[in-house]
Amino acid sequence: MSEKLNVITMAEYKAKGESPEILFWVGCAGSFDDRAKKITKAIVKILNHANVKFAVLGTEESCTGDPAKRAGNEFLFQMQAMNNITILNGYEVKKIVTGCPHCLNTLKNEYPSLGGNYEVIHHTELLQGLLNTGRIKIEGGSFKGKKITFHDPCYLGRANDVYEAPRSVMINLEAELMEMKRSRENGLCCGAGGAQMFKEAEKGSKEIYVERSEEALALNPDVIAVGCPFCNTMMTDGVKHFNKEDSVKVLDVAELIAQAKDL
Amino acid sequence: MISSIIFILLLLGGGILFTINARKVRRNILLGKEINRKDNFPQRIKLMTLVSLGQRKMFERPIPAILHLFLYVAFVITQIELIEIICDGSLGSHRMFRPALGGFYTFMVSFIEILSVLAFIGTIAFLSRRNLLKVPRLVKNELNGWPKLDANLILLSEITLICFIFMMNGADEVLYSLHQSHAVDLNEGTLGLAISSHLGPFLFGGMSEHSLHIIERVGWWGHIGMVLWFLNYLPYSKHFHILLAFPNVFYSNLNPKGKFTNMDSVTNEVKAIFDPSFVPPVADPNIPMRFGAKEVTDLTWKQLLDSYTCTECGRCTSSCPANITGKLLSPRKIMMSTRDRLEEVGKNMDANGVFKDDGKSLLGDYITAEELWACTSCNACVQECPVNIDPLSIIIDMRRFIVMEQSAAPTELNGMFTNIENNGAPWQFGQADRLNWKNE
Repeated sequence: MSEKLNVITMAEYKAKGESPEILFWVGCAGSFDDRAKKITKAIVKILNHANVKFAVLGTEESCTGDPAKRAGNEFLFQMQAMNNITILNGYEVKKIVTGCPHCLNTLKNEYPSLGGNYEVIHHTELLQGLLNTGRIKIEGGSFKGKKITFHDPCYLGRANDVYEAPRSVMINLEAELMEMKRSRENGLCCGAGGAQMFKEAEKGSKEIYVERSEEALALNPDVIAVGCPFCNTMMTDGVKHFNKEDSVKVLDVAELIAQAKDL
Repeated sequence: MISSIIFILLLLGGGILFTINARKVRRNILLGKEINRKDNFPQRIKLMTLVSLGQRKMFERPIPAILHLFLYVAFVITQIELIEIICDGSLGSHRMFRPALGGFYTFMVSFIEILSVLAFIGTIAFLSRRNLLKVPRLVKNELNGWPKLDANLILLSEITLICFIFMMNGADEVLYSLHQSHAVDLNEGTLGLAISSHLGPFLFGGMSEHSLHIIERVGWWGHIGMVLWFLNYLPYSKHFHILLAFPNVFYSNLNPKGKFTNMDSVTNEVKAIFDPSFVPPVADPNIPMRFGAKEVTDLTWKQLLDSYTCTECGRCTSSCPANITGKLLSPRKIMMSTRDRLEEVGKNMDANGVFKDDGKSLLGDYITAEELWACTSCNACVQECPVNIDPLSIIIDMRRFIVMEQSAAPTELNGMFTNIENNGAPWQFGQADRLNWKNE
């Protein structure tokens, strides 16, 4: 780590009588999963580098309820939502950036009718904004000329129609961006959504993550780029399944930017 | 005179029978729960124009889209000719629009003929795709039996209808050239129809006047007969999509696809926990309180309309990650099962006046938990559907019943629920450790 991460909680801001530009909703995977924590840190490094005044909820953050809702446990989902809304509204949060499309979808679409109204964006949309306004600049960097293919997360793409943000961010890497046949609206799921992440798959002829990573690996990429911690897990497993972990990296768009800038 | 009476009786009979059966379908659909889909009228009209009328989503797959377009345009345009047939049949006239419309009439009927040829090609191609090429999505297990027969019957009926059109027009062309047609003779020697002026002499040239009149009449009566048969076949067939596609797209879900409904019944309970002074609205005691969907009547009318609109094309299933990887789930089968169960409930009501418990339900007898738990909620099926059917919403509603009413979620998911309840995360990590990453 080149420098210490500067992470301030909402509670600390409030104690100082200040309020941040934006709340960074880290999410459960981003907080606890060893691989996803690296994505969280990459996002923080970029925010620090761009001098974005952001806060986290820290120990006041709790699961949005997404996996419970997708699994049919509406009761647990709404309990989580009400708790989170109480905290978010208590801090008068206006704008949120999430590190995970599942958190994004839930906060953005399913909290408003329960009393939680915020402007919610995905971290690739924030990165797009920072690049567009010149708050971060990238010229080539370590991914120049590398072959990168982006796997659309279902909850960013089809669920919320965000297809351009991650791509427009990656254009700055001066890499060779390649599209899988099933991409954007037609992107194939990694297999983790709808609470599948937390259970064994049903009986079938193949694992979904194998099907998807096979498609990505057919392009002979150097990097499979993702925008979701769960996709990251699944695609990493898929790359391992084909014994390609030495030649193909699975990286979040935020990690690509942080590494390109050597943050 | 007698033929006019027979014609009018046939027309009335066909119309009344269709109305009776269509009303039954409507009644079945309205067994569903209320959901507001009447907002944003202009946006809905626009969507219907683009997606139903304009077939926009069909063109994601260009080859079937073009073939389908031939049939679709031919079907729509042929309705103009049908108006003339109805007038002629009722009044005993023959090609009554021709004298008044003149050249435009020739153009119109010629246009219909050219489209009919294209539709003929399309139909043959569709039959081949199903029965010879065996396109994977068109030969999956859920299509065995009636669905496969239904599909072939529709295509064969379309071919028959087209043949009748050319019998009618072809024989009339030959008769006209012999000055024996019942059409007003304008002394041009030909009716000038783009296809039949060539096809007619080729097929029927040299036949006796008597035979030609018989062929012409068989074609004419066959045409209207097929139309009435088709109309009355619709309520029993997946082909109902030709009518329901329009309202179904009009009443589409306009929200982002990722947005699932928040159940009001649950919100009332949760609010009561958070605020003891909260008084939930009084529930209608006539509606049984149930979380999620076990039966078709637990679904909304839109979900039931979806099931009748489905024409079993299988684009949803062919894009479903679970189905692609050999799991039991097929979004198309979810829609077919919903419709089949709803039909069964409807027949039960017809027989008994009101629904009499038959010991069956949508969940279990038609759709199994294994299918439901294979879904990744990726929305590929919803994205694919050319008429905006939403199989995912049914899957989620049924999961809700399994979890909240039966407490029968897969064991691992129960573990995940417990973790969220206790630690605020789906894994066994304490909430107090949530910011540890900062210093690691």
